[in-house]
Amino acid sequence: MIFDIEYETMPREALEAIQLKRLQATLSRVYATVPFYRKKLDDAGILPGDVKTLKDLQRIPFTTKQDLRDNYPFGMFATPMANVVRIHASSGTTGQPTVVGYTARDIDTWAQLMARALSAAGATRGDIIHNAYGYGLFTGGLGVHYGAEKLGASVIPVSGGNTKRQVIIMRDFKPTIMTATPSYALHLAEAAEEMGVSFKDLHFKAGVFGAEPWSEDMRLEIERKLDLNALDIYGLSEVMGPGVSIECTEAKKGLHIFEDHFIPEIINPNTGEALPYGETGELVFTTITKEAFPIIRYRTRDITTLNPEPCICGRTHVRMKKVSGRTDDMLIIRGVNVFPSQIESILMQVEEVEPHYQLIVDRKDNLDTLTVRVEIGEKLFSDEVKKLQELENRISKDIKETLGVSAKVQLAEPKTIARSEGKATRVIDNRKK
Amino acid sequence: MQAEQISIFIENKAGRISDVTGILADAGVNIRALAVADTSDFGVLRLIVDNNVKAEEALKKAGFTVRKTKVVAVKVEDRPGGLHSILTTLKQAGINVEYMYAFIQQTGDKAIMIFRFDQPEEAIRVLTEKGVTVVDERTLSTL
Repeated sequence: MIFDIEYETMPREALEAIQLKRLQATLSRVYATVPFYRKKLDDAGILPGDVKTLKDLQRIPFTTKQDLRDNYPFGMFATPMANVVRIHASSGTTGQPTVVGYTARDIDTWAQLMARALSAAGATRGDIIHNAYGYGLFTGGLGVHYGAEKLGASVIPVSGGNTKRQVIIMRDFKPTIMTATPSYALHLAEAAEEMGVSFKDLHFKAGVFGAEPWSEDMRLEIERKLDLNALDIYGLSEVMGPGVSIECTEAKKGLHIFEDHFIPEIINPNTGEALPYGETGELVFTTITKEAFPIIRYRTRDITTLNPEPCICGRTHVRMKKVSGRTDDMLIIRGVNVFPSQIESILMQVEEVEPHYQLIVDRKDNLDTLTVRVEIGEKLFSDEVKKLQELENRISKDIKETLGVSAKVQLAEPKTIARSEGKATRVIDNRKK
Repeated sequence: MQAEQISIFIENKAGRISDVTGILADAGVNIRALAVADTSDFGVLRLIVDNNVKAEEALKKAGFTVRKTKVVAVKVEDRPGGLHSILTTLKQAGINVEYMYAFIQQTGDKAIMIFRFDQPEEAIRVLTEKGVTVVDERTLSTL
């Protein structure tokens, strides 16, 4: 099903004409309202009026996560707070979140795009949507929620957690579409099995899964265990939230990016050079309809490839491959962004010296687990086991409070964390198997 | 009057204690008493040896995290109730025993226990008052 036939199947020349017009308007607006962009364009010697073709976008400097941090919390907003009706935030590299805002029209646009995404996954107004994305500062829960309502479907705002209750709701309310992180979907499958509830007897036809990287193997496992069609959705709060791109049920090969609202580019992450279609590199986004938080050439750090070939579903919008990795060391653990440097700064506060540590990420019972191994030096070593356990608990609590993610802390003997070329191997991610 | 003990951090994995005893054997250090406190992930090995300096040096060189801790060595009568009377004395004085373990060697009709107290000086005072012998470090290492 295509929610917005006119825009989603628009011939590319027409689509590109709209993109250019919207891009020019966005650039003029950010130049006038956001000091950060004005300075960036002035420094680069470009005026918004100099952008005469879509290719000219390549002359404009990138925006990075660091820029968002430097302008924390509202410095990147392009409209007075009086026009902002919603604020979301996601974690950043130093524990400082990235804050984004939405006007009423932005919320409506987001709901439209999310409705498109749900439609692409086969949802209609007759469906019941079990929305197990977390509600709150995270964009997942509310983003899907508004889209489901826009579509006219019945949405169950079950959010994350309380898994047993979720199974009972799935059994009794008979939802037909599931929206969740892929790891939580598998966790639900196990919980259902333990409770003697078979997904074969449930009513799901499709699941829309995202907010964390997942492999094709995991897709097969989800489809087998949950007995539904598993589709990948992509989004990030800096650009909008969930609903930036979606797989269609027809092809299930690549995620259509809603190009009438976002301009995607692929660049070489080392040189910043724009790469042609088909080449693999870092995904960069420019929003062209957002009011409160427009973003220009934002480096997502996600690695993918763009495919402009027409799709059998009829959509003309370019498809991005399932994200295969990142250019930085960010980990996504249960939907929470975690940078090793955040853990490092927590350990620094405890130890007051450069810590030797290692993060081990696993997927146990389909839930991500984080183990932090810390080498114990003389300063922290107590000969009382009780004090050492208190130390482990304190670090674990600091991590939970700062990052919102549970971690098991394990003290380790000095020099036991593998060092390659003098540099410790900071992360072992066992999920990528 | 306090004696010195060496504490070593070890991860809970096979053969780790024998690594420590091997290092001490090579360094010519004699172990006089030993106790292990452990959790599922790690343990603390506590040792009374005849030469702390040599032991610490050898272990640190091998990459272990080592710490010296003050403990009190107490002569306990080798008869039923011997340890109990000492613990009763400590309890009455409000002194907390953080941990304790037995010294391998016996001296006549007395056994030696190693104690870690929250208030070691006070413990030594009340025990001595009761006529209990506290063994000093030099004596301990030459037993």
